[in-house]
Amino acid sequence: MALLQCENVALGYQKTVLVEGLNLEVHRGDYLCVIGDNGVGKSTFVRTLLGLQPALAGRITLGEGLRPQDLGYLPQQTVVQRDFPATVEEIVRSGCVSRMGWRPTLSKAERARVGENLERMGVAHLSKRSYRTLSGGQQQRVRLARALCAADTLLLLDEPVAGLDPEGTAEMYQIIDRLNHEDGMTILMVSHDLEGVRAYATHILRMGREPRFYAVEPRKEGDV
Amino acid sequence: MEKLVPYLSYPFVQYALVVGVLIALCSALLGVTLVLRRMSFLGDGLSHAAFGAMSLAAVLNLTDDMLLVLPLTVLCAIVLLCGGEKWNLQGDAAIAMVSVSSLAIGYLLMNLFSSSVNLSGDVCTTLFGSTSILTLRTSEVWLCVGLSAAVVALFVLCYHKIFAVTFDETFAQATGMKVKVYRMVLAVVIGVVIVLAMNLVGSLLISALIVFPALSAMRVMRSFRGVVIGAAVLSVVCALAGILISVVVGTPVGSTVVVANLAVFALMSVVGGVKG
Ligand SMILES: Nc1ncnc2c1ncn2[C@@H]1O[C@H](COP(=O)(O)OP(=O)(O)OP(=O)(O)O)[C@@H](O)[C@H]1O
Ligand SMILES: [Mg+2]
Repeated sequence: MALLQCENVALGYQKTVLVEGLNLEVHRGDYLCVIGDNGVGKSTFVRTLLGLQPALAGRITLGEGLRPQDLGYLPQQTVVQRDFPATVEEIVRSGCVSRMGWRPTLSKAERARVGENLERMGVAHLSKRSYRTLSGGQQQRVRLARALCAADTLLLLDEPVAGLDPEGTAEMYQIIDRLNHEDGMTILMVSHDLEGVRAYATHILRMGREPRFYAVEPRKEGDV
Repeated sequence: MEKLVPYLSYPFVQYALVVGVLIALCSALLGVTLVLRRMSFLGDGLSHAAFGAMSLAAVLNLTDDMLLVLPLTVLCAIVLLCGGEKWNLQGDAAIAMVSVSSLAIGYLLMNLFSSSVNLSGDVCTTLFGSTSILTLRTSEVWLCVGLSAAVVALFVLCYHKIFAVTFDETFAQATGMKVKVYRMVLAVVIGVVIVLAMNLVGSLLISALIVFPALSAMRVMRSFRGVVIGAAVLSVVCALAGILISVVVGTPVGSTVVVANLAVFALMSVVGGVKG
């Protein structure tokens, strides 16, 4: 069974329909990239999958007992966050809030999970540093570590490399690729960086009024 | 010092200190989330709404004006914090609108219907809270103690959730937090604290209690926990110092507390600058 299935889904806001007739299936281990022009509804698609807003029509089903709150989410950075006074550890810990329920403090297992994800994203040595003093790439990895605290099956990434320099971009792609290949996480990534999309995606969704979903031909050795 | 000791034995001074410290503590805690969410002026808008409600209560000749002022202010807080999406209100513009209209309506009501001989004196008292903190009744002190305990307990129990919604509301909602409920709770708490704080500094100066401690703490602290604790401590110290100075020297309580906050902010800016 598919991890995520959309049948004839329409996306948009009360009065405006942005996307119609969206059909797709995502399976475990897929690397799906969503591309399309500014304002066609890529972020809207991600928000709808997360249950932050309703789909206007059609059906979205999650498989394997996933609930919308089990999806990991890396939103686009907001203005508020850029100079927020918080340590890296505090931010990664906030990925655990939904697991905590009504408990006021983190359990031992949750602390361990936070440490693990700091390690995994290579920001453990920064854990006591202030978020606002980090570089853009480091901030992005911190936010990814937070998303990983909330989820371990499916990650939704909204423009994870926007605003990063070439080095940071390459590093980010490597990290995501490792999550996909070594940890078996399913990736759904919104991106404007077609080069990165061509290099990594197994499936592509070209978002538009009439979206197109297709699998990428497997790359042969030596291809670019 | 010698001059201070006799004052401390007066119950009205003791009450003022207790209430002042508690209000300073609550408003500093709230201030951190408000400032970081770019809603510093919410406090200002709500205090003007409370002023309007007080004028209405005065005109209606209510014996206990809290019964009207508290619900009306909380209602305004809920509209401003939770109504943004529903009625398509733009955050800061909506606050400005509520703020000035309630100020205007309040003053208008007082002018039209008030039987008081000293109208401008009354208005001045409500706006700058000149003496009300020194004329507290025991029941008001207990009300304040109870509400402050509730606010502090809420902060301790929901610390991680408050951090999560302050840093990234969308992410918190995506991981399954009931963000709307938290906003509603925040709105109610803010409304209550504002009404209490009017006793201390009056309606015009409340923003100072909300904004200054958070800003001062942010100058020197790098963690959220540090900012929260720092703001609480600084705010309490300023309130104590301000009230004691004003009792001894005879200056207006509200403005003295605010000037103390300003001085601490300047000091923290220097310290933060030196630390780098
Ligand atoms: N709350 C809202 N109410 C109504 N319309 C909205 C709302 N939020 C966004 N829109 C509109 O929906 C459209 C799609 O927005 P969306 O953020 O999904 O675009 P996007 O594909 O992610 O673009 P970008 O590449 O710039 O991130 C835009 O035209 C936007 O104006
Ligand atoms: Mg977008």
